[in-house]
Amino acid sequence: MNIQAMAQDIPAEGEHTVEGIDFITSGDQYLTFLLAEEQYAVDILCVEEIRSWEQPTKIPNAPSYIKGVINMRGIIVPIVDLRLKFNIGKANYLETTVVIVLTYQSEASSRTIGFVVDAVSDVLNVESVDIKPAPAFGGCVGPQYIDGLINSENKVVTVLNVGHLQQVEKHRLQS
Amino acid sequence: MTVDLSQFIPSFLEESFEGLELMESGLLNLEPGDNETIHSIFRAAHSIKGGAGTFGFDSVTEFTHLVETLLDEMRDGRREVTSKDTEILLDSVDCMRLLIEAARDEQDYDQEKVANTSARLSETLGEEATVESESESESESESESEIESDSSNSGGSGFKIKFIPEHSLAKTGNDPIFLFSALAELGELTLSANTEALPALLDIDAQELYLNWQLTLITEVEKSEIIEIFEWVEDECILEIEPISNSSLEVCEEEESSENDSATSNELSAESQANNTAIQEPIVTTELETEDKNKSTKAKAKADLGSIRVGVDKVDSLINLVGELVITQSMLSELGNDFDMTKVERLTSGLEQLLQNTKELQESVMRIRMLPISFAFNRFPRLVHDLAIKTGKEMELVINGEQTELDKTVMEQIGDPLVHLVRNAADHGIESKETRLANGKSEKGTISLDAYHQGGNIVIEIKDDGAGINRTKVLNKAIEKGLIDENAILTDSQVYDLLFEPGFSTAAEVTDISGRGVGMDVVKRNIQSLGGRIQVESALGKGSTFKVNLPLTLAILDGQLVKVGTETYIIPLISIVESLQIDNTLINRVSGDMVLYRLRDDNVPVLPIYKMFNLESKCTEIDKALLVVVEADGQKIGLMVDDLLAQQQVVIKSLNDNYQQVAGISGATILGDGSVAMILDIPGIIHMALEQAQKNQRVRSDGHNSVTAELCL
Repeated sequence: MNIQAMAQDIPAEGEHTVEGIDFITSGDQYLTFLLAEEQYAVDILCVEEIRSWEQPTKIPNAPSYIKGVINMRGIIVPIVDLRLKFNIGKANYLETTVVIVLTYQSEASSRTIGFVVDAVSDVLNVESVDIKPAPAFGGCVGPQYIDGLINSENKVVTVLNVGHLQQVEKHRLQS
Repeated sequence: MTVDLSQFIPSFLEESFEGLELMESGLLNLEPGDNETIHSIFRAAHSIKGGAGTFGFDSVTEFTHLVETLLDEMRDGRREVTSKDTEILLDSVDCMRLLIEAARDEQDYDQEKVANTSARLSETLGEEATVESESESESESESESEIESDSSNSGGSGFKIKFIPEHSLAKTGNDPIFLFSALAELGELTLSANTEALPALLDIDAQELYLNWQLTLITEVEKSEIIEIFEWVEDECILEIEPISNSSLEVCEEEESSENDSATSNELSAESQANNTAIQEPIVTTELETEDKNKSTKAKAKADLGSIRVGVDKVDSLINLVGELVITQSMLSELGNDFDMTKVERLTSGLEQLLQNTKELQESVMRIRMLPISFAFNRFPRLVHDLAIKTGKEMELVINGEQTELDKTVMEQIGDPLVHLVRNAADHGIESKETRLANGKSEKGTISLDAYHQGGNIVIEIKDDGAGINRTKVLNKAIEKGLIDENAILTDSQVYDLLFEPGFSTAAEVTDISGRGVGMDVVKRNIQSLGGRIQVESALGKGSTFKVNLPLTLAILDGQLVKVGTETYIIPLISIVESLQIDNTLINRVSGDMVLYRLRDDNVPVLPIYKMFNLESKCTEIDKALLVVVEADGQKIGLMVDDLLAQQQVVIKSLNDNYQQVAGISGATILGDGSVAMILDIPGIIHMALEQAQKNQRVRSDGHNSVTAELCL
């Protein structure tokens, strides 16, 4: 076997898998997860870790979708239930329920927040041109949270904007 | 020669400031005939002078020399220690500090003040001193003026230096390259070598130096600095240094450069000498770099101020503890290698030991941040001394408990509020001599500063035996300013709290020390931001006491763990007054749904935490719950909790980092089992409860209105 033949075996850019191994390609990678039956995705570079669900400590008078805070290796991390926040599906806490901890770095600061989702599913390699703008028809998820849509096989994946996800609203005191 | 002295400058500065403090406190306590103190003051001045000389802080050296001369006379008994001299010396200490700071920051100082003080010093020296010292002081002032004139004409120009070394210079380990590069750091250097004395190549002895140099240095520095560079070779060369003026400079340079060419063209010169001439260009080009470097070191020196000096004993105990920890760890890991149930007992004892070690280690580490409060108290003797002179009152300062230790951050922030309180005591508290005598008090007023530990807090008391706070005067002023209603009935502590309102002052006239009413509110705010509080006690005609309560540290707090429903909360131990089982007969319901609990003479409003935080609780009935009575801002409330758990120290973590500030919560912490618990913010909770109560009232009165409106229809 000569070198030329070997070189042809090395996958070119954009080619997806060889024997089940993902290759990093020129596009961005997204972590997809499930909320009810719908597929959502976030930029994989923001993902700090994926944890199993544990009961967090409640924050007094917080909105219902903020489940509380947990201790992640000495850091206090708030937990947001995305199903409650977007009002998708039922907020059941099962064995497969996971928390995706996302760190988003803005110019001024960096924030680490955990998001409860029904399950994580896959990692997608996507070229930025393949992310289509979302149609402006209303859904449960506000348009500010959506960066675009990806067609993956015969399903549509919604790409979420991590920066917006991490903005926390001020508490309103119940009277 | 090449040792970089600048690396020692920070420690020189640190030592100098310590020396100045020593001089100051010595001078304040100086009594005639107290030789021991004079000696120590003299020693401090002497070492500052020596150090300043080494590092080339000439202004400091000059000035300190005068001070030293005066002190020397006192030391030898040639001069009586008078209060006037002490004053001058105190001012001199200020000037020395000014000069050293100026040298540190490489900035200008208040020349007028320094000149004034040195004139006063020379005058004193001249007055009654012996002939010897008189001449000395004269020569001193002369040299000073000389330096001044020197520096004035050197501004923007430079020096022409003729450097003719002896042939044997290189043998003594001196290399002209080093001299030149040192010079190049002072300014723009051009040099040319004179190769006339160079023998034929065959006759050259490689260890001999045959060249001599003409140097032109364009610089701002004084002549003395240049001499300093040549200090080590002075005896082995002929050195001429002449200042040049701006006009002649250009001509010189031209000449130099032409000479230069001829010098470099002589390529037959010995290797080392060729090097010498070749180095000139790099020197000029590196100039900018060194300037930058200077700037960065300056910035570094400023940032360095954040260091702390730690006693060797503290470090030693830390090392001991770490040693023990390592032993415990190895014991436990050995135990873990082949563990069976027979070894459980050894395991528990090992874990116990580990617990002990960690606790001690934590305490030791915290102790490193602790400094005796004397660091903050040190400036007060001088302050009171100055205030006494300014106000013309007689007063003395008594300090107790200066060894009480306090966290460094707290200490840094408490300094200014304390200064303010002491000034207040001196200005408003202590009466004038005549008034004091008329009131049957001793003519000397006393201000005392006390520091002591109380629980997890440090208490600092600022007490004066002056006039005390005039209640009616404060009340009238408050009414005048519209702070309170005319008919309001206030307790003493409420009246005294008015003093901390912005813009409040009862002083009849504004002095330059205090009385503008700016500040007490700032004092209170500063103390509160540290998590502390301030209380005032006063008796008319007898004096007043300001009591400042501060937490020892900001990173860790002692907490009481309580259970509410499924949640665990932490109440800072410092704010807990007492915890009690509720006695049904002492519960009173007043004005609708407000629940009061009779605690001896007080009626304490009861606040159920589960209601405030919207939690499920199993103890919704007040008589089944426990009551934790807490206090903040002089207001007591009873927090209703399900259960009291352990007391423990907790490390405070901010919720702000990843989330936001939450009302009623000051932070979070991680408990032993890894779970998170919220720390209650007691003043915040009281504030919240008040707001909610007001809102409820509004809602209720609105409802009332709508009912009447319906009736009207």
